[in-house]
Amino acid sequence: MAELCTACGHEVRLDHFKICPSCGHYFPLNPGERIALIGDEGSFVEMEGTMVSANPISLAGYEEKLEEHRKKSALNDAVTIGRCTIEGDRAIVGVMAFSFMGGSMGSVVGEKITQALLEGALEGVPVILCTASGGARMQEGIFSLMQMAKTASAAALLEETATPLFIVLTNPTTGGVTASFAMLGDVILAEPGAIIGFAGPRVIEGTIGQQLPEGFQRAEFQQEKGFVDAIVNRTDLKRTLSFLIRTHRRGEVSHVG
Amino acid sequence: MLDETPRFTAAVDRMVAHTQLSGWERVQMSRRLGRPGAMTFIKLICDSFMELHGDRLFGDDPAMVGGIGLIDGQAITFIGNRKGANLKENVRYNYGMSNPEGYRKALRLARQAERFSRPIVCFIDTPGAYPGIGSEERGIGEAIAQNLKAFSTLKTPILVFIIGEGGSGGALGIGVGDKLYMLEHAVYSVITPEGFASILLRDPSKAAEAAEAMKMTAHHLKEFSVIHDIVEEGSAEETAARIKAIIKRDLAVLCSKPPAHLVRYRIRKIRGIGEVSGIAKTWWKPLLEVFSKSGSLS
Repeated sequence: MAELCTACGHEVRLDHFKICPSCGHYFPLNPGERIALIGDEGSFVEMEGTMVSANPISLAGYEEKLEEHRKKSALNDAVTIGRCTIEGDRAIVGVMAFSFMGGSMGSVVGEKITQALLEGALEGVPVILCTASGGARMQEGIFSLMQMAKTASAAALLEETATPLFIVLTNPTTGGVTASFAMLGDVILAEPGAIIGFAGPRVIEGTIGQQLPEGFQRAEFQQEKGFVDAIVNRTDLKRTLSFLIRTHRRGEVSHVG
Repeated sequence: MLDETPRFTAAVDRMVAHTQLSGWERVQMSRRLGRPGAMTFIKLICDSFMELHGDRLFGDDPAMVGGIGLIDGQAITFIGNRKGANLKENVRYNYGMSNPEGYRKALRLARQAERFSRPIVCFIDTPGAYPGIGSEERGIGEAIAQNLKAFSTLKTPILVFIIGEGGSGGALGIGVGDKLYMLEHAVYSVITPEGFASILLRDPSKAAEAAEAMKMTAHHLKEFSVIHDIVEEGSAEETAARIKAIIKRDLAVLCSKPPAHLVRYRIRKIRGIGEVSGIAKTWWKPLLEVFSKSGSLS
């Protein structure tokens, strides 16, 4: 099916990588598409797929908004977690969906990310989290802020058990997700051109009263500043993750054949 | 902008007399110029205090104060947001908005406290972390994330007092602890009411409405069990005396617990916050199993 590229405006045909053949722009992937890209065929088993959000601060309109997004996306919230194998190695994966309320982190996203991290810690299986988020879900008030502490403390437990955490930052990853688990990977990867930062560009411009430099908060900028280990093309993502899993085994000298 | 004329100040004082204040009124009170800040309380609470500067990586952030204080012979590490008591100080201290080096200084001092078995007391009073170019370049998100991770497993007691504005991730960056308290007129939220109004209500002038909807007052947060208790406010001296009494009471209990138990309790508390349904797995079981697996925390 032909689609219009939002970056170059050309009508293009996309394969499963969803990269514009005309300008190289990365189209967003939904969790199913991302998992198909990195997991071995048929290996994915979802965890906690039925979990849905409550309305913790009783905000008018929130339940309707959730329902609307659930219908539109066929997802229950902004992250999908589960187990799979990658080139034969076991992994726990979590993939965020920016299309679901801007990938915002509320109680469900926080709980599912935490469960993914704890399962990894329990079983000693590497955890891979692919982020795409505008930050905390304001509709859940203080409860959304607390999910930052919750996911970060789960990352601390994963570290205690010396189980690796690999992060894949995709466009965009900002706010409370950047300021919690997304920056806590043993290795942090990013997709080319992805916006990665804490404060939004408009907030910063409003504060300092000047325009931001070209390329500010892009993946390349974050690599230059020292916050991203490597920028990885989508076509190389599975191979790269497989390499990382094989070089981060516990209690043995790594020999990668 | 907040009006600082004597008439307004007098009006605010009158409002204090009423127990039922709106969310927006409390937001304004939490931001009021001249409201006692972290330094005021540290000075009133401690018999002596030595400030320690710098993150050992980039510089010293004046918007974050840290150091060691003594209360009746007990050494305590204090960490707090610093706004300043007047407009000139506000500018000097960047209105209490820290850059990454502030959070990294806090982490350095927290680790130092852990190493020398000193409990930690944090005073939160910030609109948020500083949204600037340098702040992003030096990784404000990473700095806050590291603090959340480290504070959740720090093997020393941590008490947190939200004394004014508790603004978003910038507040949480020194806000993970064993016990959380809020002063009566303090607020704590994921975003400012102005931000909530312009993003969700699509009208920045609806900040007052947003402040109500967000349920960000001490009373709401106590209801949500996010904080342990509310500290009644009086004069700076009276409030400081109440804070001091809580510190002494809590540390007497917490300092006698094995550090590993503190961490287990702290993480279980953090883990329990959130409202979901349709959850397949009870949360405490995997948590306890991880604890028993991780030798250092059992």
